Amino acid sequence: MIPIPVPTARREAWRLPALRHVATLLGALIVGTAVVVAIFAPLLAPHDPFAQNLDLRLIPPVWMDGSQPAHLLGTDQLGRDYLARLIYGTRVSMLIGVLTVVTSGLIGITLGILGGFYGGWTDDAVMFLITCRLSIPLILVALTVVALVGSSLTVVILTLGLLLWDRFAVVARTTTMQVRNLDYIAAARAAGASRAHILLREVLPNIVHHLVVVATLEMALAILLEAALSFLGLGVPPPLPSWGLMIAEAKEYMFFSPWVIMIPGIALFVLVLGINLLGDGLRDMLGTRLER
Amino acid sequence: MRLSLARRLLLAALVCLTVLIVSFILTRLSGDLAASIAGPNASAADIAIITRNYGLDRPLLVQFLDWAAHAARGDLGRSYLYHVPVWGLILDRLPVTLTLGLSGLAIALAVALPLGILAAAREGSAIDRGIMLIALLGQAMPGFWFGLVMIILLGLDLQWLPISGLDTWQGYIMPAIVLAFSAIPALMRLTRSGMIDALAADYIRTARAKGLSRSKIILKHALRNAAMPVVSIAAVQLGFMLGGSVVIETVFALPGVGFLAWDSINKNDFPVVQAVVLFLAVVYIVLTLLADLMNAVLDPRLRG
Amino acid sequence: MTAPVDEPVLSIANLRVAFGRRSEAVRGLSLTVARGETHCMVGESGCGKSVSALSVMNLLVRGATRSADHIRFQGQDLLGLSERDMARLRGDKIAMIFQEPMTSLNPAYTIGSQLAEVFERHRRSGRRRALDRAAGLLERVGITAPGMRLGQYPHQLSGGLRQRVMIAMALMCEPELLIADEPTTALDVTVQAQILRMLQKLQHELGLALLLITHDLGVVARMADRVSVMYAGQVVESGTVPEMFAAPAHPYTQGLLACIPVPGTARTGEPLGSIPGVVPRIPPGFIGCGFRDRCAFAMPECAEPVPLRDAGGDHAYLCRLQPGWQQAAA
Repeated sequence: MIPIPVPTARREAWRLPALRHVATLLGALIVGTAVVVAIFAPLLAPHDPFAQNLDLRLIPPVWMDGSQPAHLLGTDQLGRDYLARLIYGTRVSMLIGVLTVVTSGLIGITLGILGGFYGGWTDDAVMFLITCRLSIPLILVALTVVALVGSSLTVVILTLGLLLWDRFAVVARTTTMQVRNLDYIAAARAAGASRAHILLREVLPNIVHHLVVVATLEMALAILLEAALSFLGLGVPPPLPSWGLMIAEAKEYMFFSPWVIMIPGIALFVLVLGINLLGDGLRDMLGTRLER
Repeated sequence: MRLSLARRLLLAALVCLTVLIVSFILTRLSGDLAASIAGPNASAADIAIITRNYGLDRPLLVQFLDWAAHAARGDLGRSYLYHVPVWGLILDRLPVTLTLGLSGLAIALAVALPLGILAAAREGSAIDRGIMLIALLGQAMPGFWFGLVMIILLGLDLQWLPISGLDTWQGYIMPAIVLAFSAIPALMRLTRSGMIDALAADYIRTARAKGLSRSKIILKHALRNAAMPVVSIAAVQLGFMLGGSVVIETVFALPGVGFLAWDSINKNDFPVVQAVVLFLAVVYIVLTLLADLMNAVLDPRLRG
Repeated sequence: MTAPVDEPVLSIANLRVAFGRRSEAVRGLSLTVARGETHCMVGESGCGKSVSALSVMNLLVRGATRSADHIRFQGQDLLGLSERDMARLRGDKIAMIFQEPMTSLNPAYTIGSQLAEVFERHRRSGRRRALDRAAGLLERVGITAPGMRLGQYPHQLSGGLRQRVMIAMALMCEPELLIADEPTTALDVTVQAQILRMLQKLQHELGLALLLITHDLGVVARMADRVSVMYAGQVVESGTVPEMFAAPAHPYTQGLLACIPVPGTARTGEPLGSIPGVVPRIPPGFIGCGFRDRCAFAMPECAEPVPLRDAGGDHAYLCRLQPGWQQAAA
């Protein structure tokens, strides 16, 4: 079975207007850097991010007075090197982003394809589940779960993964419904292909480009949510260097040493921006109109 | 969706029921709720007392039915900490959260709608790209961090606005702006894409062929059709804002429903948590119903 | 501004429309429409007829550029007109109706409101007077119970009714020129006949100049006084209907007419006429005849600029072949 690409009405040829090109490259650069930093963190960090030194607390970064060359970005309130924590924090964010998206993607795409393909009661059930999921207050529920089950990286990933599948489901469902009526699906069924084969080899490859865009959006969202949860004290547990946690820990000192919240905040902003730029660029390149 | 009002209400009721179940299960996740309520330093005797007082030794199904029956009557249980009905606690703090949410939404609409329309009318131009850039930047900004930055800049350095609390009404300004910031990118993009689609429609070509003025075409013909998804999303965003207010209220120390929930989580006051989750979910469901109604008003085709 | 009686209502000379550097949709179109006359533009999809019509009203999409020696409406130049002044003419002196009645009306507003706004805009009229006039026009286009219809929404009407509403809307301000872009293509066959009959009647009553675009030769035969046959952005043949149908001079026109089986003359077992190949997209800078790849009479000289031939009277065609070649070839 050769999957025939979706007709051009939906999937236009690759187009790359100049400015978009630059923005997408920037996004890819940022995300690529983050991936590299996350993987090679132990090699890149100048110090151990967990090593406390109470004599060297709250030293400012190099561009301010009173700094020390050994600590380029200064130290936090427990004397830990900020640059090292920032680098390891990249690991936390990227890990959360990727694993959450994988989990929520699996759930959401499965539900969406099933609902979109079979229609009828299956679809009603899927829509009902999506509505229920959208009704519950996301952050509150996540906070409660972490509070009750315990604060750890795994719990955060699982919780967010089990909560962030709705957009995957919606997009998978809509695109499947469009694809379902196309001729090559009918041709596959007429040739006796099994349901599983049709779903996996005919439907999925033709909707995957929409889902890739959703994946980038959800990844950015997951990273922001984890930061918010950690900021509130119910996300990644200390002493792990989550950027959100770093901001929370630094809150008391922010009036005197504002850089302690500026640096991780800017890191968050830049990473999420990069992911969004990449996602936008992918969406333009793949010619998808759904996520506008 | 062309569901009749009756079907929609039925669906809403079913969703409420599901959320009821979810909120119940939520607080039972730790395995032993009594132990969670009692806290880490409690003795076995304390836990036993709590178990009996809260009826936590009954079968789960009985506990759930009891909770459901009470909730249906509006009785959302009693706070362990304050020993008063939860419903009262929520009502006390509701005005703050509502004010915050509505002003946030108002600011978001006031910014997002005109900019979105402008971007669509000038599609592809530098203005359009600039506006989309703003949306992009806003989307990447962590809300709680933005709040802190604003506190430092406007509260401390420039001393324009109070740092926290609600001594004066000005205490609402910064949190409302931060809240709006989270909704503006999505609203702006949606308005813009809705307008672009509307402007590409055949009836716009007809309107142009009739010689109508540009402003009339955009504001009368296109906007009406572009408004529908925006209305739905605005209602939904309000729901999200109310649900996500916990972060902003914490940053700015505002005594709202979100802060109540977070405080209760920290203090193991789980009946309150359970009730707030249910309450916010019901509010969201009502808002989406309202949005559907508004859509029926705007689009004659949906009236059936 | 009243033009002298023999001045054509619409006069286009050498219209060219390009879409960026991708293609030239119209390459030197010229035609005139006189008062009370029906001029049909006929051709296959993609030949540039709709684009030409939109160019007259300056309603082209962004990215399209038009140029011409002149486009004149009652002697007034349209080419250099500002958007503001053009908007004053649209809906008032020049009206246009489109192919898809289903989507050409705004679903959010009533029929009455959409009809009235044209009149309110151009005649500075109040709503009451505009609605009265709208009701009158609805009756004129054959819609019963016009008062009720005014309060209805587009989705409550059938396709045929919607097209009648579109025609009424076009006539609200008594235009001098009506441009109709395939007005009946999207309708059922029986409804088509009714709409065309009505258009003809209205035209005679109002003395309209009608520029009618179609791909259906049957419509041309029934409605047109003069016809321009378009192919790949050019008018390959033009003339009065009797002249053209009796003695088509351009190979493409001959091919089109041969495609129509005529009862009594076609024999079973004989293949229906057809023109092999597809309509090409013309890149900018293309020289020569656009039909040469499909023409049975093509010569190497067809790659050079094609001369305009005179076949007698008003009848003209664009081809290498000399006038009278049909008789010589027979």
